[in-house]
Amino acid sequence: MVDEIAIIGAGMHPWGKWGRNFVEYGVAAISDALTDAAVDYRDIQFVAGADTMRNGYPGYVAGATFAQAMGWTGIPVTSAYGACASGAMAIEAARQRILAGLCDVALVVGADTTPKGFLAPQSGERWTDPDWLRFRLIGATNPTYFGLYARRRIDLYGATEDDFAAVKVKNARHGLNNPYARYRKEYTTEEIMASPIVADPLRLLHICATSDGGAALVLASMDWARAHGHANPVRIKAVSTITPTFPNTVIDMPGFSTDSAAGVPAPERTFKQAIGDAAYAQAGIGPEDINVAEVYDLSSALELDWYEDLGLCEVGGAEQLLRDGDTTIGGRVPVNPSGGLSCFGEAVPAQAIAQVCELTWQLRGEATGRQVDNATAGITANQGLFGHGSAVIVSR
Amino acid sequence: MTHTRVAAIEGWFTLDDEPHLLGTRCSESGTFYFPPETTMSRAPGCSAATLEPVQLSRIGRVWSYTNAGYKPPPPYIAMTDPHVPFVIAAVELIEERIVILGQMVSGVTVDDLAVGDEVEVVLDTLHFDDDGNEVVVWKWKPTGRRAEGAQ
Repeated sequence: MVDEIAIIGAGMHPWGKWGRNFVEYGVAAISDALTDAAVDYRDIQFVAGADTMRNGYPGYVAGATFAQAMGWTGIPVTSAYGACASGAMAIEAARQRILAGLCDVALVVGADTTPKGFLAPQSGERWTDPDWLRFRLIGATNPTYFGLYARRRIDLYGATEDDFAAVKVKNARHGLNNPYARYRKEYTTEEIMASPIVADPLRLLHICATSDGGAALVLASMDWARAHGHANPVRIKAVSTITPTFPNTVIDMPGFSTDSAAGVPAPERTFKQAIGDAAYAQAGIGPEDINVAEVYDLSSALELDWYEDLGLCEVGGAEQLLRDGDTTIGGRVPVNPSGGLSCFGEAVPAQAIAQVCELTWQLRGEATGRQVDNATAGITANQGLFGHGSAVIVSR
Repeated sequence: MTHTRVAAIEGWFTLDDEPHLLGTRCSESGTFYFPPETTMSRAPGCSAATLEPVQLSRIGRVWSYTNAGYKPPPPYIAMTDPHVPFVIAAVELIEERIVILGQMVSGVTVDDLAVGDEVEVVLDTLHFDDDGNEVVVWKWKPTGRRAEGAQ
């Protein structure tokens, strides 16, 4: 088990398609997080920024960009990039610094401004870049991979299109009253089924959009938190930023293939299962202790995979868990009470931080309109391109 | 009009009538690589191994499949306007124990497929280039058989 650190402030800028500089969203989120923590920025001792790749140089050096925007104070910064896992990497950078005793209180921030449509690779002729080649040679977009996973659930576990729609209906309802969500609208199964196929069996309303948004956290050592008026803060018990173990036998974006298992036997647990395992091991708790989860529903079907990967049910049991209402607010282990990516769309560097913001509010009992009763432990999960695991366990 | 066939990418597949995907094999662990890995074996502890060029099995079984309902963004070069959805399959080669992505040949729809179906590798048009050459790429074609022990 690893020592805990405190989350003393959480803040977000509403998700949307605002078309403004990403720095504005980040600064708004920082301001809210600092107010929430009752901390003056000049007392922050370290800034960890999660990078965006779509906003030029300031996005590559997000830590410095936000430190400059808040007014230089001479403190060290870091900028983290791990695709969709960038936010978790930034949280981990701040946590390590606090646990090492190198600082008492740190700021974590991520924000993005996104273009419309499919996420596309960098332009130019990039014949050694798999992310470019998969578009060129196969026309494989990100939803292609989501479609492959979804189809396998149908053929192996008897998932139905109604199940995928039920995930969307649930998340849309969860996010209805979330002031930070971009889409606050209920959907019927019929509306979802009427939306066009993007990557069979997935339809447009099953696939998450890309959004602008920003999220920030103020983290502190437990001693510093208590000495500054936070008697019983939400704690971070684990951060899992693991990579796969060779051979990785589940095809992942943006690859053309899996690793081969002909030489070295495949590990017992898949990469996504291992992401949760590592977090549970660090926290010293198990899936049975979790009462709320925020997972990456890049597609509605992918949320079902996460139920199993995080051990909320056995492999092949996700549809039943969903149908029993266990993952709906009021059920045994509500998943995506925020509304998830279904209601937010993805703001890549902010999203993993936003997941932790939501769990912080849930565990404090401040998630108005979407509150999970008596939540004491929660887990977040996502997986970034190119082998980046991301899971955070919080408790109170 | 006949077109000269050119490979969409060099060194990933042969251009004969019964084409093979080209990979490499780690001399120590026996791990296969596609696309061909030429720098270093990624199998842990095999950094000193040599990577031998190999032709991969022509037959595999469908691990999963989906389609492209919308036209993919560049650098994909569309063959048709308006877009006609095409199927993409992830196919497991049994001996190599590797799953490889590829388009299905045109004419196949998702309704024609199930996980476990047997497919073979063929060459098919990806697009035509500015010189009128037929740019070909590997695609999967159903053999009509269902692999044993498939799931």
